[in-house]
Amino acid sequence: MTSITGLPGLRRVVPQKYVPVLVTACLFVAMFVAGGVRYDNFATGQIILNVFIDNAFLLVVAVGMTFVILTGGIDLSVGSVVALATMVSASLLKDGWPAYAVIALVLVIGATLGLGMGAIIHYFEIQPFIVTLAGMFLARGLCYTISTDSIPIENETFTAIAQTRINLGGDLSLSPSAVISIVVVLIAAYMLHYTRLGRNVYATGGSEQSALLMGLPVARTKIAVYTISGFCSALGGLLFAFYSLSGYGLSAVGMELDAIAAVVIGGTLLTGGSGYLAGTVLGVLVLGLIQTIISFEGTLSSWWTKIFIGVLLFAFILLQRVFSAGSRRGAH
Amino acid sequence: MAAPAPILRMSGIGKQFPGVKALDGVDFRLLPGEVHALMGENGAGKSTLIKVLTGVYDIDAGEIELEGRRVAFSSPLAAQQAGISTVYQEVNLCTNLSVAENIFIGREPRRFGRIQWRAMRRRAAEILSRLDLDIDVSAPLASYSLAIQQMVAIARAVDIDAKVLILDEPTSSLDAGEVAQLFRVMRRLKEQGIAILFVSHFLDQIYEISDRMTILRNGKLVGEYLTSELSQVELVGKMIGRELADLEKLEARPPAREGAPLVEAERLGRPGAIEPFTLTIHEGEVVGLAGLLGSGRTEVARLLFGADHAGTGALKIGGEQVSLRTPRSAVARKLAFCSENRRAEGLIPDLTVRENIILALQAARGWTRPIPRRKQDELVDKYVAALNIRPADPDQLVRNLSGGNQQKVLLARWLILEPRLLILDEPTRGIDVGAKAEIQRLVAELSDGGMAVLFISAELEEVLRLSHKVGVLRDRRLVAELDNDERLTTDALTETIASGARA
Repeated sequence: MTSITGLPGLRRVVPQKYVPVLVTACLFVAMFVAGGVRYDNFATGQIILNVFIDNAFLLVVAVGMTFVILTGGIDLSVGSVVALATMVSASLLKDGWPAYAVIALVLVIGATLGLGMGAIIHYFEIQPFIVTLAGMFLARGLCYTISTDSIPIENETFTAIAQTRINLGGDLSLSPSAVISIVVVLIAAYMLHYTRLGRNVYATGGSEQSALLMGLPVARTKIAVYTISGFCSALGGLLFAFYSLSGYGLSAVGMELDAIAAVVIGGTLLTGGSGYLAGTVLGVLVLGLIQTIISFEGTLSSWWTKIFIGVLLFAFILLQRVFSAGSRRGAH
Repeated sequence: MAAPAPILRMSGIGKQFPGVKALDGVDFRLLPGEVHALMGENGAGKSTLIKVLTGVYDIDAGEIELEGRRVAFSSPLAAQQAGISTVYQEVNLCTNLSVAENIFIGREPRRFGRIQWRAMRRRAAEILSRLDLDIDVSAPLASYSLAIQQMVAIARAVDIDAKVLILDEPTSSLDAGEVAQLFRVMRRLKEQGIAILFVSHFLDQIYEISDRMTILRNGKLVGEYLTSELSQVELVGKMIGRELADLEKLEARPPAREGAPLVEAERLGRPGAIEPFTLTIHEGEVVGLAGLLGSGRTEVARLLFGADHAGTGALKIGGEQVSLRTPRSAVARKLAFCSENRRAEGLIPDLTVRENIILALQAARGWTRPIPRRKQDELVDKYVAALNIRPADPDQLVRNLSGGNQQKVLLARWLILEPRLLILDEPTRGIDVGAKAEIQRLVAELSDGGMAVLFISAELEEVLRLSHKVGVLRDRRLVAELDNDERLTTDALTETIASGARA
C-alpha cells in the first residue's frame, strides 16, 4: 500500500478503507463545533435531529444512489421519480384513494421504473448515464400529464404523519419521516454487509469482468440496484409529500445531483466498489448542516449552500483521486 | 511410475475460425497429480485449446472426456462446476474485496441468509495455510502483491473442488521469489492429486516444474513428451519447426558496409519488461532479433522507438544523445516502427489504402498543412507499385485486403517517411509465402540503399537469411549478439535460444 501523504498517523490506526468516511465524520464534527462556537443555541442535539427531519427524503434517495454508485453506475432519474411520487400521491388522494393503497402503488411504480431502467442498462449494454437521463425526462414529463399545477394534500393520514413528532426524551424529537429514513439506512447497511446481494454489489463495482468470471449473478445484481434506487426514490417522494403536503411537478429538481454529492462526500468512489452507507449518512448530514449554518448566519443568501457544496465536492473528488491512485499502485 | 488413468482426455479436437484452422486433430491428456506443460509458439493453438476445454468455444470436431465421461461445457462456469478451474495471467478477482471474500464470494457460509463473516475468515485462513500462505485474510486483496493475488485465485479455484487446474501464463509478471512461491503451491496441489495444465513462455520454469509436455505447432499436435526425456534444444526445435522455406534463396547477404553507427543503446532497460541491453545498429545494417515469444523482442523495439519509457541507460541516435519520450519524437528523428499487432496498433481498417499510407506523413507535417491530392496520388501509386500491393486500388478499404497486403500498406506508410531506421516486428507473421518473400526482398533492398533495419521474427530461417547480425533474447535478456557468417546456422541459433549462452 502506498502512503497517503498528510495522513500517516491516521492510516496506522485505521485501515485505509475507512479513511474517507472518517474524513467526512471529522468535517461534520468540525462544522458542528464551529457552528456551536459562532451561534447561540446551535450546539444542541435537536439541531442534528432537525437535519434528519429536513433531509429525510434526501437521505432515502441517497441510500438508493449508494447502491447504484457502488456498482459503478449512476442514476439521474431519482429527482424526477421523487416528483412523480408526490404527484401520483397527491392526485390519487384528491380522488379519494385510501392513503395506504396510494403508498403501496407509488412504491411499486418507483421500483418498476428502476427495474425497467436496470434491465435496459444491462441487457442492451447502454451506459447508465444515458438510460437514467431518459428516465429522468420520462418521469418529469409524466408529472405534467397529471397536472401542471401544485396539488395540495389534505388526506388525514398524510397530514397526521406530517404533524406527528416522536418525543425522544429531553427536548429531543423526530418526525416519522426521519425515523423511516433511519430504518431504511439500517436495512440497507445490513443488506450491503450481510447478504450475498450486497457483496455482489461490491464485487460488480470492483470489477464487473471478474465478477462474471467468478460466476456471480452480475445481471441480477445490476438490475437489482436500479430497482432499489427506484424504490428508494419513490419512498423519498412519499417522505417529501409528508414534508411539503403537496404534489408538484417542479419539486425535487436537481435532487439527483444532491444525492450524488452526498454519496461522493460520504467517501464512496464514483468508479464503484468502495464506500459505506455510513459515509452517505454523513454526506447528507454535512449538506444539511451547511444549510443550517447558512440559515443561522441569516445574512447569507441560500446560494452559498451551492457554493459550499461545490467546494466540498472538489475537495472530496481530489481526495478520492489520491486514494484510488494509491490503491492502484498498491495492486501492482 | 505406472501411469494412472487420465483424468482428462481430449481426442481429435478440431476448431475452425473463418479462414484459419486453429486446431486440427489435436489429442491431449492429463493425468492426475501431474504438472503438464502446454507448449507452442504464439498462434500454435494453446489458448484455443484451453478455451475449447473450458467452454469458451465450442469444438467443431473431436471429443472431451472428463473422468471417463464425455463432456461438453457451454460456459466457463459449467466447466468450473465440473471441476475444471482456470487461473489467467490477469488475476480475475475483485481487488476491492477482502482476501477471504475473494475466495468465498458466491459461496459464502450463511445462516438464515446472513453471511457468517467470522466463519468465512476462518475457513479462508485454513485454505491458504494449506497453500503455505499466512496472510491477513480480512485485508483487501489490492494490498497484496500480484503473486499473492495469483495464489488467492488458485485458492479460490481449488476450493471449488477442482480436479483440473489450468494456469495460463501465471508467471509472466512475477519475480523470481514469487515464482518459487507459486511453484511450492503447485507442488503441494500436485501431491493432492490435482492435475495441473501449465502454460508459460519461460523454458527454465517449464523444466523446473513440469512432468510432461504437449507441443503444438500451427494448430497441430507435434507430440507428447516426458520433460526429463526432451532437451531444451529439441523442445525449441519442435516448437519452431524446421520448415524448409520454399522461397527462392536470396543471394548471400553482402557483408554490411562499415556504415556509421546510427542507433546506439547503452545499458538501455525497463524494469519488468527488459533487462538492460547494449546494442548498436549501423547504417545499412539489418539486425535480426531472435528469441521465443515473450523473450523481450518487442520490448527492445518499443524502447528504441520511445513507445515505452526506458527506465535505465542511454540512447544515441546519429551520435547524439537523445531521450525519446514519445513515438512522435522518434518519428521526428526518422525512426519507423511497424508493429506486430497490425490491426490494433497500426492500420485503420475502415480507411482506404491511400488514407492509411498517407497517415504518418500527414501527421509528421501537422494537420494544418494537408498534402496536396496530386502529391498523395504520386506517392501512393509509387509504393503500391513498388510493394506490389494487391488489389492496386488506392481507394480500396484496408479491411478488404489480405493480411500480407495489409502488412505492405503498413510498410508503405513508414517508407514514405524515408526513415533511417525501420523497425519491423514480425512483419511476416500470418501472411502467405509469396507476400513473405516480397517483404524479405524489400528489406534486403532497403538496407542496400543505406537504411538500417531492425528485424524481429520468430522464424529463425528468415532472421538468418536477412540479417547481418543477430541478437538473441531469452527471458527478457539480450543473451548474445552473433555475427551472421557461415558458421551461424539455425541449429546454432536454436542452441543459443535454448541454452541462453553463446554458441
